[in-house]
Amino acid sequence: MDCVVTGGNVKVLAKAIHSLSRIGDELYLEPQEDGLALRSVNSSRSAYACFLFSPLFFSRYCVYTIPLGHAFRCKMAIKCVQAVFRSLSSLEKTVEKCHIELDGEKSRLTFTLHCKHGLLKTHNLSFQDSESLQAVFDKESCANMLRAQPRLLVDTVLHFPPSLEEVSVSVSGERVWFRNHVDDEAEQSKAMLTELCLSSDEFDHFAVGAQTSITFCLKELRGLLVFAESTGLPVSVYFDEPGSPVVLSVTDSVLEVNFVLATLSDDSNLCNHNNNTKRARSPPPPDDFMTDDIDSYLIAMETSELAGPSDALAPRCPSSNHTLTTQPSVDIHRRRLERGEEEEEEEDTEDTERPPNKKVSFVVKGLAVTYTTVGINVTLTPLPLSLYSCSVPLSLFRVSLSL
Amino acid sequence: MPLSTQSQTGGDNYVLVASLDNVRNLSNILKAITFKDHAIFNATPNGLKVTVEDSKCLQANAFIQVNLPGVYHQRGLMATALRMCYNGYGYPLTLFLEEGGVVTVCKINTQEPEEPIDFEFCSTNVTNKVILQSESLKEAFSELDMTSEVLQITMSPSQPYFRLSTFGNSGNAHYDYPKDSDMMELFQCTKTQTNRYKMSLLKPSTKALALSCKVSVRTDSRGFLSLQYLVRNDDGQICFVEYYCCPDEEVEEE
Repeated sequence: MDCVVTGGNVKVLAKAIHSLSRIGDELYLEPQEDGLALRSVNSSRSAYACFLFSPLFFSRYCVYTIPLGHAFRCKMAIKCVQAVFRSLSSLEKTVEKCHIELDGEKSRLTFTLHCKHGLLKTHNLSFQDSESLQAVFDKESCANMLRAQPRLLVDTVLHFPPSLEEVSVSVSGERVWFRNHVDDEAEQSKAMLTELCLSSDEFDHFAVGAQTSITFCLKELRGLLVFAESTGLPVSVYFDEPGSPVVLSVTDSVLEVNFVLATLSDDSNLCNHNNNTKRARSPPPPDDFMTDDIDSYLIAMETSELAGPSDALAPRCPSSNHTLTTQPSVDIHRRRLERGEEEEEEEDTEDTERPPNKKVSFVVKGLAVTYTTVGINVTLTPLPLSLYSCSVPLSLFRVSLSL
Repeated sequence: MPLSTQSQTGGDNYVLVASLDNVRNLSNILKAITFKDHAIFNATPNGLKVTVEDSKCLQANAFIQVNLPGVYHQRGLMATALRMCYNGYGYPLTLFLEEGGVVTVCKINTQEPEEPIDFEFCSTNVTNKVILQSESLKEAFSELDMTSEVLQITMSPSQPYFRLSTFGNSGNAHYDYPKDSDMMELFQCTKTQTNRYKMSLLKPSTKALALSCKVSVRTDSRGFLSLQYLVRNDDGQICFVEYYCCPDEEVEEE
């Protein structure tokens, strides 16, 4: 194989390799007639990614047929290939073209970067022959498909902590919920639940067969989003029922990317859901906002009581028009409330045998946020004005809660 | 960075008095050669020379020259001024640092200096010499494969002209600078030479490289390497840092 990548495509190639490094430790390289395939799989075989660069991606693409006619395949440590493309940010400015040569006889893969000022960087990497790495999937047959601009998904996952392992995605006819997945074994009192709801009109394409909820690895999703964001190409998500893999795709005329991720199977998915919420599934937020005359820059603060035990009660404020979901009764965790109690010395306005649960709501720039003190449940509901791009740092809210 | 030296006998009894308007320049230069705890300070009528050595194979020298008499250099507002005084053998090296009216006095105990190695590197013995703009070399050095034990330098009147090579875990890498590159200010190579130097010895030189605007790379007939860095300070003063390194004894494998 002998091919040349020029200009901005060098950076695309580098980003693809970087993206693949989030999946597995080895890079599988297979020059094919229809293009160059770069693939990776994780050690548990639960995540697979493939970048297929068509011959048009290259300014020159030559694949030599090997005697015996079988396809040439090799693999190498992905870190070694990443070392060729250091400092991604300066790649565009310094590298004019990248020449990739595969010498089967000497078992050498050579990357030659032609940089400005005449500087030539040559990397000779050794590789091993490998078996074929191909995931079997048929995205067209999936019951559900969403397509969104990468920015939307990047902004969504931004709300989850970097350490979060798995994310749950639930769909109904008109909405999608992104929720962090908490293990059954996790201590409920320390669990923080974050849930985001997106409406179907945020998506370029929204086709949902039946109400479904799937859970898969967030780190791997982020790996794809990093790439998608840099290219600006929309991300398509194909999925079926839990247990079936989810396929994330990014395509354009010269490139096809597919990430195939395993999802948690039905039992564990449902079980987790019930344990986490310890309540009936909350009804979707009412579409009151559709008719309200909303000043999207209005910041309203409202506290209200909920049926259920609580140690502290925030003072009543004049309620605004922008009420949110009323939460059914929830369990209380004394530790968190005690902390809130210290800083807030307000008198109870109502005598109940069991003090009510605390809920605080905000409307900020088109985002509706609800905090409930059950290990702090945050619901971010975008208002249809699509000012979703306003992201509100959670840390600010933690501070305000303690005031 | 104006540095003036005076020899005085009597009065203060100082053998050496060196003054600096802005000590930052001196401290930056010294950081470029601080890979060992001890340095040899050599005061000459031309200026100050600070030497650091490692395992008898590497020597780094920083030169801070004397300014010309009559030339006045404006001192920056927040600059720290330095006066370095030395009374002679057995006395501590005294530093007076002044900033914003506050004076700090430091007395550093001196020790018996070891004789610095004479690498016997003289210009007449130089076989190959190139002068490069530091910018391009900085990029190469920052990307060098650190799993390689050696850095191989090839200099030749023909292709590849000037090449830096590493041999690491993932394979080998070569950085080639053509003789007609606009980064190449001088190219004088008489014969093809390939030498290897321990990566661990050359690593500290990247600090000097980071400060410099130009680098001269010379090898002599024995394969000894001389790296000279031209450092230009904010106030336009020039200092030099040089590194001498002897080649790795290991037999070259092809």
